[in-house]
Amino acid sequence: MSNTTLWWLIAVLSITAYGLKAFGFVLAGGRRMPAVVERCLALIPAALLAALVAKDTFTVAQDVVVDARLAGVVVAGAAVWRRAPFIAVVALAMAATAVVRAVA
Amino acid sequence: MIDDDSAQPESTAPEAADRRRVVSASVTLGVAVGVTALSFGLAAVSAGASVWQACVLSFFTFTGASQFSAMSVVGAGGSAVAAFGGAALLAVRNFVYGLALAGRVSVDDDGRRLSLGRRLIAAHFVIDETTAMTTTQLNPRLARTAFWVTALSLFITWNLGTLVGALAGSVLDTQALGFDAAFPAAFLAMLPPHLRTRQGRFAALTGAVVCVALTPFVPVGVAILVAVVGVLFGVRP
Repeated sequence: MSNTTLWWLIAVLSITAYGLKAFGFVLAGGRRMPAVVERCLALIPAALLAALVAKDTFTVAQDVVVDARLAGVVVAGAAVWRRAPFIAVVALAMAATAVVRAVA
Repeated sequence: MIDDDSAQPESTAPEAADRRRVVSASVTLGVAVGVTALSFGLAAVSAGASVWQACVLSFFTFTGASQFSAMSVVGAGGSAVAAFGGAALLAVRNFVYGLALAGRVSVDDDGRRLSLGRRLIAAHFVIDETTAMTTTQLNPRLARTAFWVTALSLFITWNLGTLVGALAGSVLDTQALGFDAAFPAAFLAMLPPHLRTRQGRFAALTGAVVCVALTPFVPVGVAILVAVVGVLFGVRP
């Protein structure tokens, strides 16, 4: 992605994120949505965050791969399970990945 | 405008000790989030953003999961449209938070509505952490204190953390140090609150499986968008 395209992405994403926050907070505040819509919207982070974990663990561009990142994610999973702080989860994942890469 | 909280009594001023407790919890959360921002700065630079781009993104987008998501797709070589799509979908929850926070935050301690300008500023801070801190305070005044202290403390630490992380990332060998593993680890760390319900677990599993299964067949980043079908588990209560 060119530098200019990345700047456009940043600009459009910032405007969109602010628009969504302000739309709920300033314009629609206090209203309720149909229950089915609320339930589905509430599931977006679960579906997308899990998809992002899978993508960043098992894919490189369009290829499905298993590489050193998997070691990092397994360690991160254990750290999350033990309720480690965010930075510890990330640091352990990076360290495990780096170690596997150095050994392999 | 219908306001669920207008029925709550505008209670008496909270005790100073309660206010101190809320302020201290909000500031502590800000510091913790600043550390998250360090990893965002590192990850953004390792995905190909400049230090300046990482900082502008944190300042103006100011919603962590969307920022990580956009940079993750950029780093994988996805198109801007795909990067935008996933990040924007994640930002939809900020709209839902806005609905919930409006009644609590858009009035002052005397029950008067804040000016439009102030509400537009407050809107920028409608994110996971401010929503969590605000909605757990039953006293309306403490809720507003929690919102503003969390908002300011996070905004400062999020932007400072991004700058420091991005500067560090720009001088280090990000591949050898395993910085690419920062992305999945960060997403994994954000996931647990969304797995508390059975529907959340099904949605997550579906999202992950759909994403990997589609990756070879669609442009980079698009599998993330399709993975959102996992939300259909919410159709039935």
